[in-house]
Amino acid sequence: MMHAADKLGIPPAKAVLEADEIRRALTRIAHEILERTNGADDVVLLGIPTRGVPLARRLAERLAQVEGRPVPAGSLDITMYRDDLRLRPARALGHTEVPASGIDDKVVVLVDDVLYSGRTVRAALDALGDLGRPRAVQLAVLVDRGHRELPIRADYVGKNLPTSQREVVRVLVTEIDDQDAVLLGDSPVSREGS
Amino acid sequence: MNRHLISAGDLSLDDALLILDTADELAQMSERPVKKLPTLRGRTVVNLFYEDSTRTRISFEAAAKRLSADVINFSAKGSSVAKGESLKDTALTLEAMGADAVVIRHSASGAPHRLAGWVRGSVVNAGDGTHEHPTQALLDAFTMRRRLGRLDGIRVTIVGDILHSRVARSNVLLLNTLGAEVTLVAPPTLLPVAIGSWPCSVCYDLDAALPKADVVMMLRVQQERMNAAYFPSVREYSRRYGLDAARMALLPEHGIVMHPGPMNRGVEIAAEVADSTRSTIVEQVANGVSVRMAVLYLLLSGSPEAERGEQQ
Repeated sequence: MMHAADKLGIPPAKAVLEADEIRRALTRIAHEILERTNGADDVVLLGIPTRGVPLARRLAERLAQVEGRPVPAGSLDITMYRDDLRLRPARALGHTEVPASGIDDKVVVLVDDVLYSGRTVRAALDALGDLGRPRAVQLAVLVDRGHRELPIRADYVGKNLPTSQREVVRVLVTEIDDQDAVLLGDSPVSREGS
Repeated sequence: MNRHLISAGDLSLDDALLILDTADELAQMSERPVKKLPTLRGRTVVNLFYEDSTRTRISFEAAAKRLSADVINFSAKGSSVAKGESLKDTALTLEAMGADAVVIRHSASGAPHRLAGWVRGSVVNAGDGTHEHPTQALLDAFTMRRRLGRLDGIRVTIVGDILHSRVARSNVLLLNTLGAEVTLVAPPTLLPVAIGSWPCSVCYDLDAALPKADVVMMLRVQQERMNAAYFPSVREYSRRYGLDAARMALLPEHGIVMHPGPMNRGVEIAAEVADSTRSTIVEQVANGVSVRMAVLYLLLSGSPEAERGEQQ
């Protein structure tokens, strides 16, 4: 996995999930969603950019395969709702695309790659509130690395990954990074120090 | 991006594309049930307008409010400016009130540049004299990109009073950055002396320029600035440089007609042209809000300290 780490400019990282394991984790999450929502009726998957979006699409494909009908998937950009906007330079916006069926009275499953502080999910809940009123909101993540700063938990987890806060978790997806992997490495420089 | 937006010429290609892409995302918002974002909560935007304006001021106000900023409107009429207060003293007053951004329109070219030296917040030029109007150029470019799908390589013809037009200057600078080819068409008396140094070509015959124009932008004949005889009569101007239905027919099939407003119907643009499906005049107003939201977001959301930290 050294080549992937080099490309990202981060120090040597080890792969904690390989492509096969990611595939299996997503299939399992898809089945859990079906179980919890009684056949994914009224389910809308919304990926949080950047890497939540392809993950949401893959989950939608799996749900559609099992149920034999399309399950709507889209994306939800949360940049404008972040609580750290003043702490960083202005950032480019991601794309928000809500499926035509809308989110009112649906079960929205938010999809993200890594669950960490929970602040992204908090922002996503605020953003959802401005788009409509879902019947329920659930959260699916590929990796839960702990260290929550808000009372938020995931409904579906691909892998629980115990980490230290000094470590960096990077999820790579084929759609964006040409390969599937979850990498765990040391932080190049601690944020406060830069 | 710079901390201020004073000239369209200060924007790099990346800056300009970032503003247009951000505006694209924000434009979606006008279809949502809640047309408001919490992004600039607690920030104060002052609209400092020394010249009359309807659409620009309202557009900036709507943009700031949709981002949850507090907006203070200041117009020279009925304020202490009428009692003779200088721009600097007004600026210091705003500074004391804690303005995070000042949107300024002034009849003197260069006023926003001076203001930027006196206040800590960001300064956005909303039109200064005959100099620049960068957000108008951005919304024009945004409208062109939405209608035509691209900006690189398109041909834009700007017609009318180039001499007094801050819209023309900002458009020439920005469109040049974005890779479009600009042709200016005007009577020789309404072209600035230094036109040779602008990155565009010049033509005196509108009929010759139209067949190859993807965009034709008609400028308002600014009668309030017409203190000398720039052309013999309004009627003659209208005949030679006005856009009527017959002239519009010379445009290629996909060609669009733009006007920054306010229009003098029957002078530079015929009513039937202004109301045709090729005209983007109403769209330009709607797009103005999205583009100004993008500008305010990009100037105000990050902190200046973080900006410096990132560059190290």
